[in-house]
Amino acid sequence: MNTELIGVVAMFTLTVLLAIPLGKYIAKVYVGEKTILDFLAPVERFIFRICGIDSTKEMNWKQHMIALLSINMLWFVYAFIMLLTQGSLFLNPDGNPSMTPDLSFNTAISFLVNCNLQHYSGETGLTYLTQLIVITFLQFVSAATGIAALVVVFNAMRDKVTDKLGNFFDIFTKTVTRILLPISIVLAVILVFNGSPASFEGKDTITTLQGDTVQVSRGPAAGMIAIKHLGTNGGGWFGANSAHPLENPNYLTNMVEMIAQVLIPIAMIFALGFYLRKKRLAWTIFGVMTVGMLTFLIPTMIAEINGNPAITQMGIDQNAGSMEGKEVRFGTPASAYWSIVTTIISTGSVNSMHDSSMPVSGTMQLLGMMTNAFYGGCGVGILNYYIFIIIAVFISGLMVGRTPEFLGRKIEAREMKIASIIALLHPLLILAGTALSSWTIVNHPDAAWAVKPANWLNNPGYHGFSEMLYEYTSSAANNGSGFEGLGDNNIFWNITTGIVLILSRFLPIIGPVAIAGILAKKKFIPESAGTLRTDTGTFGIMTYAVIMILAALAFFPALTLGPLAEYFSLY
Amino acid sequence: MKTYLLPSLKLTAVLIIICSVLYPLLIAGIAKVAPGGGDGVTVSSHGRVVGYENIGQKFTEDKYFWGRPSAVDYNAAGSAGSNKGPSNPDYLATVQARIDTFLVHNPGIKKEQISADLVTASGSGLDPDISIQAAKVQVPRIAKIRNRNEQELYALIDKVKEAPLFGFLGPEKVNVLKLNIELNVK
Repeated sequence: MNTELIGVVAMFTLTVLLAIPLGKYIAKVYVGEKTILDFLAPVERFIFRICGIDSTKEMNWKQHMIALLSINMLWFVYAFIMLLTQGSLFLNPDGNPSMTPDLSFNTAISFLVNCNLQHYSGETGLTYLTQLIVITFLQFVSAATGIAALVVVFNAMRDKVTDKLGNFFDIFTKTVTRILLPISIVLAVILVFNGSPASFEGKDTITTLQGDTVQVSRGPAAGMIAIKHLGTNGGGWFGANSAHPLENPNYLTNMVEMIAQVLIPIAMIFALGFYLRKKRLAWTIFGVMTVGMLTFLIPTMIAEINGNPAITQMGIDQNAGSMEGKEVRFGTPASAYWSIVTTIISTGSVNSMHDSSMPVSGTMQLLGMMTNAFYGGCGVGILNYYIFIIIAVFISGLMVGRTPEFLGRKIEAREMKIASIIALLHPLLILAGTALSSWTIVNHPDAAWAVKPANWLNNPGYHGFSEMLYEYTSSAANNGSGFEGLGDNNIFWNITTGIVLILSRFLPIIGPVAIAGILAKKKFIPESAGTLRTDTGTFGIMTYAVIMILAALAFFPALTLGPLAEYFSLY
Repeated sequence: MKTYLLPSLKLTAVLIIICSVLYPLLIAGIAKVAPGGGDGVTVSSHGRVVGYENIGQKFTEDKYFWGRPSAVDYNAAGSAGSNKGPSNPDYLATVQARIDTFLVHNPGIKKEQISADLVTASGSGLDPDISIQAAKVQVPRIAKIRNRNEQELYALIDKVKEAPLFGFLGPEKVNVLKLNIELNVK
């Protein structure tokens, strides 16, 4: 067990050690300083030329959002059509069928919004063609979209009064060419040398040592697995995601995939520090987020290492912890660590099945997505956190009787209204969705859908309720992991989670960008003795408290009905 | 919005070529020099390919080391965990039944010796490994059926088992397929 705990500490330490220099590099890319990848500049100029883009034309926040939404809308239409027709297109060695319209709708949105909720299994639900030109493509561009939106906010936070916040296409394209693609290539090469498949061969049929005949799914997976983590996407090539031994072959790849998924979210915090020359602020944010992560991680670790009390009662050896849904090569600590990191940062890839986690762990995984502000997804993590900073500034201002200011700008009614709406949207979508599905199960158990509501739940009682709560929480947090026992490939779940996904992606991007854009045009007030400092430990504690109290107020009743009730029934 | 649509369309086309055509082809090309050539790494026994190194197999015969229970019956055409919650009574009954079955096939073993990974399903349904304890507890059964010395089989486990990464990161484990191939060598 000791080597397993050291493994977890090593993963986190390595992540931070890599994130600091990467953050510096990312800041340089957007400032336009010299970097080692400057040889790509002619390639980018060529892309802009053939696309008819003037990358030097600066946009205000509204133009940024219109550009972002336009290109996202195109991607949605494109992805929807491809998934709907994939069965009759080429590069389909396993002969997999086209998706139904409702599943295409859900899948196209899910990957568009960086969520990667999967109501299909990769082995049978997609073709090699759509895995590459829809899924892998969206994994690159959705991550770049989130990062680009954040860079707009960075630009707005500078000390000058302006509405010129850079060019969307310029920021977006450089995110792909300078950050996502180069790192993905490195990750994918590590994966193929550790046994992940990368060729275009179809399923193999083998006769096992004992003489059974089985098939083995394969495909050009390694490249997709790399960007799935780096871009905090999380959608797996195979159904079992990173628990699958070809998707995550050994402890080394597990460390690499684990570090890859949280690398950019943490690096973006440091990038903020370098970009705005406010390192103290960056470290304060990093500190709060790390404390938030530990708040969820420690109880999860303890619960998983101690194992399932119902199995302990059966008298067998549970020294390795709770092993249901886990893989021996990772062990319980690395699986527990993964389950928390993947839920706080909106990746949603899994290396163990969350449905089989202990009730305490399930609670913590849910809280990770309910707070949705610790590290967070590519770009959007800090955007979510920005909303909480605004609220914390406002509340602190009221408490000490000072005008609420953040980075030299007054926070007024309009900004507070936007921040409050965005903060309340998240619980609204989760609780309304869960209420609707619970109502449907009770009142229409026999509705004639692909999976009847009566058969939705894979587990009885409290845990069944948790499965539904988890699904909407994962959708609203754009996370993508699941309590996968839920029978979710039917029109009810495909449509309702699809709608939740769109709302919970684009409104929380538009909101913070709008606030930052409005603030950037306000008069800049230099710091004085009367300014409320936002880069101190006190303010960090304040932000942490705001995040936790909002989550507790909104979600405590729902958690009581699900995992907390299960906890008390089991212990 | 109209001003952005045409450039967006063109940029989309260019990025599909870069991210979805050139990038996967580059990785597939590099994979040609990796073990298994990007097709997955296979293992052979007596000159016959018997499986993939990383994909677990079903072993039900008493003369082999058994792996973990699987929700997909070790058919790697798919992959899945059981997704059973920890308090599910049906699930707990299944685990109890697995313990009972194991005790029937391994007389003389006490239930405290049964490692939990032997009676709980893995996340992928294709877990190639078991813990060292899970292998050792099966030695008396296999030694009896194969008429071999128990010490020799313990030594075999020691030979096949894989240490933590770099000796200090992660768990110790043993690949069931490789162990069984070694078992067949003699």
